Amino acid sequence: MLNFYFHFIIKKTLLFGFILLCSTGLIFVSCSGSAPVTDAETYQPERDLSSLEELYWSRLAEARLNFIQADVDFMTDMIVHHAQALIMSRLAPENDASPVVQTLAARIINAQEGEIATMQKWLRDRGQPVPLVHIEGVELMIRTEDSGDDEGHEQHHAHHSHGHHDMSHHEDMPGMLTQEQLEHLASVRGSEFDRVFLEYMIEHHEGAVIMVQELFDADGAANDSETFDLASDIHAEQVTEINRMQWMLDQMAADIE
Amino acid sequence: MRTSVLALLLAALLTGALSCGTTEDSARGEELQHTELVPITELERPSPDPRVGLAAGLFDAEEAIWNLNMLSTTPPPEDFIASFGTDLAFTGNYAIQGNYNGFIVWDISNPAEPELVVDYLCPASQSDVSVYGDLLFVSGEGLEGRLDCGTHGVSTSVSEERLRGIRIFDISDIRNPEYISNVQTCRGSHTHSVLVDPNDDENIYVYVSGSAPVRPEEELPGCTTAFPDEDPDSPLFRIEVIQVPLASPELAEIANSPRIFDDLEAPPTRDLTPEEREVVERAREQGRFVGEMMGQERVIPNGMASYFLRQIVEERGGSGAPTAADSTELRERLPELIDDMLSARGRASEALGPNQCHDITLYPEVGLAGGACEGYGLLLDITNPLEPKRIDAVADSNFAYWHSATFNNDGTTVIFTDEWGGGTQAKCRDTDPYEWGANAIYSIEDGKMVFQSYFKMDAPQTETENCVAHNGSLIPIPGRDIMVQSWYQGGINVFDFTDPANPVEIAFHDRGPISEDQLEVGGSWSIYWYNGVLVNSEIARGLDIFELLPSDFVTENEIAASKTVRMEYFNPQGQPMFHWPASFELVRAYLDQLERDREMEIRSINTIRNGIKEAENRRGTARQSLLMQLADDLVIRADQSPNKDKVKKIAAVLEELASGGS
Repeated sequence: MLNFYFHFIIKKTLLFGFILLCSTGLIFVSCSGSAPVTDAETYQPERDLSSLEELYWSRLAEARLNFIQADVDFMTDMIVHHAQALIMSRLAPENDASPVVQTLAARIINAQEGEIATMQKWLRDRGQPVPLVHIEGVELMIRTEDSGDDEGHEQHHAHHSHGHHDMSHHEDMPGMLTQEQLEHLASVRGSEFDRVFLEYMIEHHEGAVIMVQELFDADGAANDSETFDLASDIHAEQVTEINRMQWMLDQMAADIE
Repeated sequence: MRTSVLALLLAALLTGALSCGTTEDSARGEELQHTELVPITELERPSPDPRVGLAAGLFDAEEAIWNLNMLSTTPPPEDFIASFGTDLAFTGNYAIQGNYNGFIVWDISNPAEPELVVDYLCPASQSDVSVYGDLLFVSGEGLEGRLDCGTHGVSTSVSEERLRGIRIFDISDIRNPEYISNVQTCRGSHTHSVLVDPNDDENIYVYVSGSAPVRPEEELPGCTTAFPDEDPDSPLFRIEVIQVPLASPELAEIANSPRIFDDLEAPPTRDLTPEEREVVERAREQGRFVGEMMGQERVIPNGMASYFLRQIVEERGGSGAPTAADSTELRERLPELIDDMLSARGRASEALGPNQCHDITLYPEVGLAGGACEGYGLLLDITNPLEPKRIDAVADSNFAYWHSATFNNDGTTVIFTDEWGGGTQAKCRDTDPYEWGANAIYSIEDGKMVFQSYFKMDAPQTETENCVAHNGSLIPIPGRDIMVQSWYQGGINVFDFTDPANPVEIAFHDRGPISEDQLEVGGSWSIYWYNGVLVNSEIARGLDIFELLPSDFVTENEIAASKTVRMEYFNPQGQPMFHWPASFELVRAYLDQLERDREMEIRSINTIRNGIKEAENRRGTARQSLLMQLADDLVIRADQSPNKDKVKKIAAVLEELASGGS
């Protein structure tokens, strides 16, 4: 089935460039991680596929060294930001949200749980502290994943942190609700829940959009495609949902008049 | 079997049965009455689904394949390993494959052995590609894209070296592409669509779609994130149209930025979900008022109902509590009262709607474009390429993030894809709803889109497989709407949506995940039909080429007829209309469909089939007169068929074959 016929074109000048760049410690997507295969005559298909696979994994590992602190901060903060959206959305069924708001909340949960996992993997792949999310009702606990050499650090969201990354200022992030706001949301039901949920979630999403914009404004940030894709996907998703939620809110206003 | 049928037919011919007025059904026999094909909805599909539980691997993942043959799979050239393979465009015998690291040109003259022709290193995501004549267009959106194609990225947030927009290459010598120009845009170009205006042979147009944040004004003057009411030049809420003068493509520039979203009120959602309907029904049973608002049935809030009742009481000059008669009147007048109330409020929505499109599919032959724009699917009139106008918009109550659009060949159906999670997330797990990350199929009726169904690749995938609806194209099976589509690590599939309310999967290929331990992004980015083969851009694994195998879902004759369509070039976001030349393959394909869909008696179908076989063996006037007879016969039979149009179409093809001589 496999067609093993393909060329190995190695552009000498580029290769030289890669070596130079890699050796200066600046790592880029295109840096080659293994010796180039140059002799097409003698290569064995099976072996070459496995050497390509080796190259694939080593390139991925190298690409994952192309990040700056702003990227790490973005991922770390966005995990916490997303976690709050989970708290809000999980209230929808028990607080008698309308079916449309429940559908929206379910989709937010599904999307943001997936993105949290992706951001955790992003940090783990880069040897960075990984915040783990634990939710109890409207309480958010963030714990740093054990990295082997030390204990995990649990942090109540409002308390001081001893972790690698200071996550004690959740409420300073754009769009984060205060604990009082969360408790208010948890206390309302039915159409009042719908309204408060939409208002809070719009504000919350707008905060995420600002966080993406701030990331892109930082010199050297989101230069790696994995980071860029993740941040711009979050941007597109949240902008889309803001519009939908604004529309739902307008409809509710029309209903009440 | 065929031999005996032929023998019977020949016998019939010899006795002159075919030379009298109508083709005689007396060319009878058991064989003529034997039906083989049944409607595709009645056919069984592989069970258990072999796509579930495939073993992981990069180049050695376990595979499942059904009704397809893999002709080749070719890994990417070394510079492109571990860099995403993206969209495809085609010209002549070449497939051009975008890649986050640049683009790759493959010679696919022999689809079993594609030859690598060019690997052009010039990083910028997503590097989606399009061709026109000697020109190649490549999208750049990522922050790492450089004007000089350098591989070392851009280290500052504002830089003169950054490219976000469209790169233009001269490919008159496709083996030596020459980088001739750029057009920079505010959001960069996530994707783009090339529009060839039938009324303009001096220019082509490139519609640029971008979904990333707007770049700083210091980097590209004029880029601002202000809303249009603050700054009329805001790049928000518009798409960019680049005009490319064919005589001097290096002068390409942004010619217009139509605000196709202006005044877009969020349109009505589609039908209520079962849960929503239940709520409405329950309310109705309880005697609550139910009325249509914004195109959707809704329970009228008690406050609003009381307000209307007070109004009615006042109108009749009464006072106090409303009577039963007032309630009855309200039920009757509800639509009118709601309308009055909404128009009194002016525009119901202050939301601006979407401000960007992900993809715009242009279908110039029907003058339409499908814009997949955030939460909206837009239908655009593009008869004036510089002034696309929105004629309809749909949103979806499942909160889809519309990604791309594909029309059927007649332009009567449009499919929007919901790229939920952006393509890097696992959204085909057994816990993910069928409606999410799926296709939504709409019929187009008088310029309005009407929801018909959802369609999703439904073999549950693992946590480590990114999977959601993605790019695809039509396969030119005449008389049917059939599409091949990418689902990232959910593999590829082929489905029939001739009946837009009941799409049916008819073929697939899938690999196990790249890794069983963690999600590494991979799978099919795009798969398109091009001149008889299905070419698949695999994000991590290179280029796959498939062919459709004959089955009860699609016959050998139908596949043969599809291969009579030839394209000189193909850009997926610029949809061409397929035209099938008159051929015996085409007639046979249509006859198979009449049989499958039980639209003509099998005896009649087989008689025509045998007549055609005979005609193929004849020459000159003998062939001509037989074909004309068959055509006349069909015209007579057409009235008895529930699908007169198809029968008449066959007759027309036969006539054309007759007039085409031997």
